[in-house]
Amino acid sequence: MTALPDFAPALPEIVLLIAGMVYLLFGVLRDEDSTQVLSWATIAIMAVAGVMIYRASGATATTFGGLFLVNSFTTYAKLLTLLGAGLTLVMVNSWAHTAGTARFEIPILVLFSTVGMLLMISANDLIALYVGLELQSLSLYVLAAVHRNDLRATEAGVKYFVLGALASGLLLYGASLVYGFAGTTTFAGLAEATKGGADNIGVLIGIVFVISGLAFKVSAVPFHMWTPDVYEGAPTPITAFFSVAPKIAGLALFLRVLYGPFGPMLAQWQQVIEAIAILSMAWGAIAAIAQRNVKRLMAYSSIGNLGYALVGLASGTMEGARGLLFFMLIYILMNVGTFACILSMRVNGKPVEDISALSGLSKTRPLTALALAALMFSMSGIPPLAGFWGKFYIFMAGVNAGLYTLSVVGVLSSAVAAFYYLRIIKVMYFDEPAPALETPDTSTSILIGAASIAMLLLFIVPSPIANSAAVAAKSLFPG
Amino acid sequence: MIVASLAFYLFAFMAVIGALNVIFQRNPVHSVLWLIFTFFNAAGLFVLLGAEFVAMILVVVYVGAVAVLFLFVVMMLDINIVVMREGFLRYMPIGALIGVVLLVELALVFGGWAISPEASGLRTTPIVAGVSNTQALGAVLYTKYAYLFQVSGVILLVAMIGAIVLTHRRRAGPRRQTIENQVNRSAADTLEIVKVQTGRGVSL
Repeated sequence: MTALPDFAPALPEIVLLIAGMVYLLFGVLRDEDSTQVLSWATIAIMAVAGVMIYRASGATATTFGGLFLVNSFTTYAKLLTLLGAGLTLVMVNSWAHTAGTARFEIPILVLFSTVGMLLMISANDLIALYVGLELQSLSLYVLAAVHRNDLRATEAGVKYFVLGALASGLLLYGASLVYGFAGTTTFAGLAEATKGGADNIGVLIGIVFVISGLAFKVSAVPFHMWTPDVYEGAPTPITAFFSVAPKIAGLALFLRVLYGPFGPMLAQWQQVIEAIAILSMAWGAIAAIAQRNVKRLMAYSSIGNLGYALVGLASGTMEGARGLLFFMLIYILMNVGTFACILSMRVNGKPVEDISALSGLSKTRPLTALALAALMFSMSGIPPLAGFWGKFYIFMAGVNAGLYTLSVVGVLSSAVAAFYYLRIIKVMYFDEPAPALETPDTSTSILIGAASIAMLLLFIVPSPIANSAAVAAKSLFPG
Repeated sequence: MIVASLAFYLFAFMAVIGALNVIFQRNPVHSVLWLIFTFFNAAGLFVLLGAEFVAMILVVVYVGAVAVLFLFVVMMLDINIVVMREGFLRYMPIGALIGVVLLVELALVFGGWAISPEASGLRTTPIVAGVSNTQALGAVLYTKYAYLFQVSGVILLVAMIGAIVLTHRRRAGPRRQTIENQVNRSAADTLEIVKVQTGRGVSL
């Protein structure tokens, strides 16, 4: 007889999974009209899981034979993921209300992919990492193509699926090389195996492949090709979900994998991450300039922001991890606010996505324009808004770790990126008014308002979040 | 021993022949059939290794389900090889470059290969005596790796939801039998009794 594993550390995930299955039954029986009920129910169960995770914070535990790990870092990253997923579900809800075409499977797929992200964050073994990642990705592929009668959506779905499968293949190839040379898949065992520094070419090539696979999942250059097309083709609230939750989970996984089992090989993987970070920052800034479609613009913006986050990762220090975690919170809020604005871009009942549709917004919808302007200022990192602290912590960590090139490229590309963020403000405030946008519904307005106010508040008092990010970062470095 | 060696070379040779044919066949249906042939030979290799459970699973799952599924897909989709070959020359240089890079990496990897001293001993007796394959796999799959097993189940559930979301459509045409409605039908709803007066008829 084997004793049952301890379920307590994984209880939030188990609750979410069971809820997902119950919702699925409910949706199948109730059919069409259950999308709204189910999205609220999903938000509610995510909130419950969030509270459960928060109440268990501070404890470090492993379960399921060491495959699953909970500590301060996973608590922070999971809460962030749930926040991102929950906020985008609010958008799904109001979109379902206006579009009238939503299917009840959408909130359920969002729920399952969120569970996948939580499992990724908690993974303490290469196989556990892979199954979590695959649960997340598979749900995302379906979500991208959920508008199956729309040509762009199906193209996005197919592209995402094929490239995603390729990335999974790269990751698995890397993982198998690592397993072949280190003889174990557990993170603890790998940390032991790589301890003496690394002269082992097999493990090194394995790590490079694992990094490539993960870089694809967070859409870092040169693995970003799918991003603009998928962002453009998927329905807006789904795009918002793509731009926040998987990024957090992916970066958290990057931190876990590179700082944990491969921590001793810092000198080797640091160069790879540096190269990816420089390319992402530069390309995210330059390629966005030519974009006319708001969603494509946001795709390049998220690629650029990923690059900044990778600077924190490349530093390999506790300070860098803290900067990354703090930056990601601000990134979620900025993106959710901006996508809520994009969601409210509707003229005569039809969504519009061209930047020119925003012209003269300050005269037709002054409050939305003000909020969007605040978000854009924050994205470009101009004080007095929270985006400034996000970049500040990251670049400080980069400088303190001696990564001067990286920090200089970062500051330069964020200056280039400021051009297109500020152009949106210019279009809104100084151009001739375009046809007025429709009034956004209550929950969307609340999201826009709350996000822009949070930008201001977090600039004034960043310390509570920065402190919890510091606690989370600390648990990445045991001993 | 000689029989085992002969069997190994037979299966290995046939597997390589099969794999080459999968790539070089012009007709995709033939490729799939060669793929099935390759699977059978791989199963034979597994039997020689003493992994009879994996061998049977390979035949049941890969030959029985996956390859037959491929066959269906290939036969139903009208794949035009000429159109597919069009982009081939254009992308060949970059493809070849990536191939060469991967090959060099593999060579480097094998250069750094070190076999632990116990490995060769373990290879001769892969299984603990008295424990069958199925028993050994089951013992770890449902205890040590129960978590992974369960999450894989959830992944399959998501795959199923995805397939239904992306393909299932409600047709307006067909009339379905609803037993509930049939049972609840009463004479009062459907029959009307009219007294017909002589010579006047009824208006319907």
